[in-house]
Amino acid sequence: MKHTESETGTEEEFSFGAAQSEVEVSTADRLRDIYREFIYKPGLVAWEDNRTRIGASILAVYVFIGTVGTWFYRAPTTNQSERSLQPFQTWEAPLGTTSSGEDVLAMAIHATPEMLIMILSGGIFATVLAVLIGTVAGYKGGTTDRVLTTFSDVAMSIPGLPLIMVLAVVISPERATVIGILITINYWAGLARSIRSQVLTIREHSYVEASRTMGVSTPRIIFKDVIPNIMPYVLVNFANAARYVVFASVGLYYLGILPTSVANWGIQLNNAYSRAGALSGGGTMYQLVVPMIAIMFLALGLILLAQGMDRVFNPRVRTRLAGESESETEDDEDAAAPTEVMT
Amino acid sequence: MNNYFIKRTGRAVLTLWVTVTLTFGLIRAIPGGPLEMLRARLVRQGVDPTRIDAIIQSRQEESQPIYVEYYEYMSSLLSGNLGESFYFREPVSSIITDALPWTVFVMVTATIILFAIAIVWGAIIAYKEGSTFDTVSSGLSILMSSVPFYVLGILFVVVLSYRFGIFPARYRTSPGVTASLSIQFVGNALYHAALPIASIVITQVGLQTLAMRGNSIQVLGEDFVRVARLRGLSDRRIAVRYVGRNAILPMYTGFLTLIGFNLGGSVILEEIFTYTGIGYYMFEALINRDYALMMGIFLVITTALVLSVYIADLTYGLVDPRVKSGDSSEAY
Repeated sequence: MKHTESETGTEEEFSFGAAQSEVEVSTADRLRDIYREFIYKPGLVAWEDNRTRIGASILAVYVFIGTVGTWFYRAPTTNQSERSLQPFQTWEAPLGTTSSGEDVLAMAIHATPEMLIMILSGGIFATVLAVLIGTVAGYKGGTTDRVLTTFSDVAMSIPGLPLIMVLAVVISPERATVIGILITINYWAGLARSIRSQVLTIREHSYVEASRTMGVSTPRIIFKDVIPNIMPYVLVNFANAARYVVFASVGLYYLGILPTSVANWGIQLNNAYSRAGALSGGGTMYQLVVPMIAIMFLALGLILLAQGMDRVFNPRVRTRLAGESESETEDDEDAAAPTEVMT
Repeated sequence: MNNYFIKRTGRAVLTLWVTVTLTFGLIRAIPGGPLEMLRARLVRQGVDPTRIDAIIQSRQEESQPIYVEYYEYMSSLLSGNLGESFYFREPVSSIITDALPWTVFVMVTATIILFAIAIVWGAIIAYKEGSTFDTVSSGLSILMSSVPFYVLGILFVVVLSYRFGIFPARYRTSPGVTASLSIQFVGNALYHAALPIASIVITQVGLQTLAMRGNSIQVLGEDFVRVARLRGLSDRRIAVRYVGRNAILPMYTGFLTLIGFNLGGSVILEEIFTYTGIGYYMFEALINRDYALMMGIFLVITTALVLSVYIADLTYGLVDPRVKSGDSSEAY
């Protein structure tokens, strides 16, 4: 989102009126505006909802573990403690060890940073691409729309998981960023479609029309008039995409299709399931449960965040007690056609 | 309508063509290639090197221009020839015809059950919006959606199959049960499919319930429902005719799409339950670098997904009379 300044009336006028104005808005001002418009305001509205609050707190814990936690807690290596230690026996390895003496908690903690990187790269890739394609298709219309829509329809119709698996076998990606992008290789398409249908209604709004008559360039209208309006919706879908990345990546690591050089909860699951004899009831259930909890809570945090924001921004889910929500959504009275994105 | 029908059909064909071309390209992009894998396997089996060279030579085809290969690939696909599985030494098409019905059976059953639950549950929650029941149910829905289906599947296998031995942990039927329309066979098949179906239903029902809740709440707020109340229609009539109908319709396309989507997820599910459907074979193909089988199944899953979305798009106008031409189907 390159030159997204604020969308407040005065400034709009100001930058149009003096096309090459001498009074440039400083970068700091601009950043502060972006922060206010896209993070602070929607954040404040969303914060009203308990779900958002809990979801954000859970995610904050993960970010904390993934950044600070890895510095304070030792990395997993073989034979760092007694082998096959049950949980809650010693402080040295609070959640027990595997049959090769690896600290289970250390494995879970040190898998977090890679997971966060995957979520970020996948989420950013999917949402940025979807926003670009969706807004351009919806706003421009005509041939551009037809080409872009067909493109995303085709991408959407190719099944995600099998495609990722085949591609993972072909290119065997090692870096977390690449894996994140690979997982969302066609996830963006569904999102682009629903963004397009939102933009279709926004383009008819009077202020967009006004910009058009004033001769404002298309990219400028898209960035300044259209995108700010769909931003909350995009944030909701960023959280959904992130959850998809978590589920898909852990599943692929579990199957052993992604390279196992990186620590991941899926690898932990696989080891516990196939090697540690969790099946035969050898008292190794804890090795399964620890990564399962790690996955579940991360997904829970993301869903709560998405649902909480969705309630505020999506009229379909908004309560029928209109009075309650109207005051909350002052900056989004036109949240357009609601569309569900398949998970 | 006709115009839309032609356009939509064109798009479905285009998608299939892109996928076929993609698989054609992927097979060529894969490092090593089938002959290299064959050589590696023969070396592992301890075959004499000169004989290996001879075998490779005999398998080696004249390298042709890419468009000729492409043409041959396309024409053999169109005649139903998906090649031969490298690992199972069987035609890919016969493996798929054997496995596909089982996967479809599991996924369609699971999706029907989960939509039935979601529609009833979501409607009741919406009706009691704001109550404790609403809070608890919505919370539970979210909680269930935060579990990936394979995690629940692993738990099921570990606890219900191995610890307590209540359900079978592997295969489509018990050994010795032959396919027929007997009660024994159907019962046995259902028994073996119970855990895979349950893990899909439980982990996916939450989001659909919330969607149904949202739809119903929106419909409940519409004027025509208020008018119906004022007219003094019975609650039942309002619930079924007015609210139910209008809230379920938007979920119809989601239903068909989800079946197609779940077919893609079958790779993880069937691997966990050692359920020999197409997902299981796809995993075996991936592990053994059995490219013909891998690509064959990939094509089949894509075709299923394209068809289900195609059917959903074309029939939506039939089930929902408000949608006159297809283009307005995205306007709801």
